[in-house]
Amino acid sequence: MDNAICMEYVVPGDDFTRAGEASANMKQSLKRLGVPAAAVRRAAIALYEGEINLAIHAGGGRIRVEVTPDTIAMHLEDDGPGIADIPLAMSEGYTTAPAEVRSLGFGAGMGLPNMKKYTDTFEIQSTVGVGTTIDMSVSIA
Amino acid sequence: MTTSKLHELGFCPVCEGEEKEITGGFCGDLLSWAMGSAQEGQVWFTVMGNINTIAVACLADVAAVVLCHGAALADDARARAAAEGVNLYTTSLPEFEAAAAFARAFAP
Repeated sequence: MDNAICMEYVVPGDDFTRAGEASANMKQSLKRLGVPAAAVRRAAIALYEGEINLAIHAGGGRIRVEVTPDTIAMHLEDDGPGIADIPLAMSEGYTTAPAEVRSLGFGAGMGLPNMKKYTDTFEIQSTVGVGTTIDMSVSIA
Repeated sequence: MTTSKLHELGFCPVCEGEEKEITGGFCGDLLSWAMGSAQEGQVWFTVMGNINTIAVACLADVAAVVLCHGAALADDARARAAAEGVNLYTTSLPEFEAAAAFARAFAP
């Protein structure tokens, strides 16, 4: 990880107006670093979905982004309720988001599938009652 | 076509940022659906006028947002759009009719 540039963010829980600050900040930083626009877009979308998930489901969480000349690596972790059935949570359209969240346009059951779709590597680990961690990365072509 | 043509279609500009080349259109109100499917440079037709719509528009690099059917635009969304330089328009037309009007002009 020589020459890695690191960015860390804390995502507040239940504040959907602030969710998005980390991905917006990361997007600006990646642009300034000269990362190609297509990779920036994919990473920003994936991280935004992650931020929304942290805000909706986990009472907030922490994000660490490491940028090398080859990769944008994003690590998300929370101390939320965890996910009992990850394959089910990964399926498009499955959601446990409450009605108030869906009324804002979220909770379509596309968050985790979008994160996987827009990244080149995606790993999720979760323990019920302990929390969830996600490691995902976008290759810089 | 560029975003400067959108007001000629009767869409009312709320704020206009950088003029962008339009690559097509996208309709949808579920934000994750838009993020997963909207392409860079498209005009996004929606009735979702909250601040998160603006955040998604920025992240997905859409050319413009058209808030349809006279849907309410939240004050914080308006402010965020101005701050981020998002091309944002409103129309009283329903999404289908707004998108159809755009499509006729975009690909006659």
